[in-house]
Amino acid sequence: MLKQVPATESLIGIAEDGVSVKTDGIKWVINPYDEFAVEEALRIKEAHGGSVTIISVGSEKTAEAIRTALAMGADKGILINDPASAGYDGLKTARSLAAVLKEAPFDLIIAGQRAVDDDNYQVAPATAEFLDIPHISMVIKQEITDTKIRCHRTIDGGTAIIETQLPALITTQRGLNEPRYASLPGIMKAKKKPIDVKNVADIGLDSEHMGEPLTKIVSMKTPPDRKGGIMIQGDSAQAKAAELVRILHEEAKVL
Amino acid sequence: MDFDLTKEQEMIRREVRKFAQSEIAPVALELDEKEAFSAGLTRKMGEIGLFGMFVSEDDDGQGLDYLSYIIAVEEIARVDGSQAATVAAGNSLGIGPIYYFGTEEQKKKYLPELCAGKGLWGFGLTEPSAGSDAGGSKTTAVKDGNEWVLNGSKIFITNGASELSMGVTVQAVTGKRPSGKPEYTCFLVEHGTPGFKAVPMHKKMMWRASDTAELFFNDVRISEDNILGLKGDGFHQMLSTLDGGRLSIAAMGLGGSQGAYEAALQYAKKRVQFGQPICKFQAVAFKLADCALEIECARNLLYKACWLKDHRRSFEKEAAMAKLYCSELMGRVANHAVQIHGGYGLMKEYHVERFYRDQKLLDIGEGTSEVQRIVISRYIGC
Repeated sequence: MLKQVPATESLIGIAEDGVSVKTDGIKWVINPYDEFAVEEALRIKEAHGGSVTIISVGSEKTAEAIRTALAMGADKGILINDPASAGYDGLKTARSLAAVLKEAPFDLIIAGQRAVDDDNYQVAPATAEFLDIPHISMVIKQEITDTKIRCHRTIDGGTAIIETQLPALITTQRGLNEPRYASLPGIMKAKKKPIDVKNVADIGLDSEHMGEPLTKIVSMKTPPDRKGGIMIQGDSAQAKAAELVRILHEEAKVL
Repeated sequence: MDFDLTKEQEMIRREVRKFAQSEIAPVALELDEKEAFSAGLTRKMGEIGLFGMFVSEDDDGQGLDYLSYIIAVEEIARVDGSQAATVAAGNSLGIGPIYYFGTEEQKKKYLPELCAGKGLWGFGLTEPSAGSDAGGSKTTAVKDGNEWVLNGSKIFITNGASELSMGVTVQAVTGKRPSGKPEYTCFLVEHGTPGFKAVPMHKKMMWRASDTAELFFNDVRISEDNILGLKGDGFHQMLSTLDGGRLSIAAMGLGGSQGAYEAALQYAKKRVQFGQPICKFQAVAFKLADCALEIECARNLLYKACWLKDHRRSFEKEAAMAKLYCSELMGRVANHAVQIHGGYGLMKEYHVERFYRDQKLLDIGEGTSEVQRIVISRYIGC
């Protein structure tokens, strides 16, 4: 599963509606965590065989991101492109991905742990839930044997090793792999690979099924500008420490 | 008119840029300083398909059009001239002659490894006493039974003596034409052939991480099968190779200009003097405006020349124009870039210093600026 997001080096501005970002002049890329997912899928294919399908919810432009994944070596793409899907929250996005995945046979779904634009963390686990399959998040290593997958998952201060039955869904964590570059011949081959574009009606979900979104963006604000720091003056370390305590206590009021 | 690149060409630009920034940029400074060719980096460039770009897939190439190849060279040159040189020479001068003029056997024997970037091939035209006057070359090949015996030397041969170098295409005099002019034939000479010695050349001012060699041929015996294409075709093969090669040198000038310009623009926005970023001063802003303008012109000229070649139209005049313009443009842009950086521009750390040095080759290699002007003036009927 893949999402196209603004490149991390893009300058983000808030659009006039106050609830979305300006898209003019933004460079779009594959969400970095999803890039790990594509790479891992390709490695699994190289080791065990099978095929890799890229699935995404997005606009016409999203086909570029799918095309890049195809150029890296994936076999085909599915794009859910519907004007209605533009306003989806995480849960509705997951519902539409699950609707497509129910019709497509799979052994393993790999997704980024989150998209770096909205940092929502919801879509992948919710998709697994709708498909009624197990899910392991934040994976930094995986091994597949027969019908099972064993994953190393990062947890606070360590790693948990979790095993589950396939089919399953896993999400990626930094450190899982180093994504490859799309090669020049890969780019040419991707030209001939199919991208199946579907709208919401094609996947059998009308607006009635989908219902109202459970969450709504009310407004967007840029973080406050950082104020300049304060250099603490004093003749000795003791005097500086005393002044620091005074500022923390009386001005910052954190002590 | 359609100024849009294809989706594939856009993607090639994006991916090669990403590669150049992540893999080449971090090591460019060090390789330049150490004057070290990196076989590892060359192999990586091979893995993403930067060799054999215009070679058909049937011949183990990447099957791209010429413009895609030029965009790829441009994007590498935007980050580093040396690596762009390895790629441009590898494709245009190493692979090109074998692909365009080689026999089926020769193509089968060499192209798979060369197009994978696992091996490199040199192009031996220039001699110590024959530069612009390529007709004055003294290397000879004399037939002895079923073999040819090569004697002479070549100089300034890119990719000629690196650890990946597999061989070299050598132009040699093989007799006289009925007109009395010398007859030239090209030979494919593999490394390891007795009597053939390739020596790396050091202490270069520019392209310090690209491999440059001096080649010596002392009674080198090779078989008839080593003739590239047909006997007597050497001069034509060399000229035709140089026509295509000019486009890749132009791409290096364009990419280098782009890289130096971007560095200067970025610096000028951040550097504050007299209370404001220096890009707000017209003396600096106008320099940057001139760079932006000329880069736009250069790109249009070069891409048009590639378009002509891709459409099998004659492109020789435009190739000479693009080579001349893009090479000299990089001189102007790199000069502005160093000037805008002030004292920092003279320090290696700021990279524009390297662009300033690397540019000078472009005025000289694969036909000097003066030779390009001769070519253009002939085409316009002078």
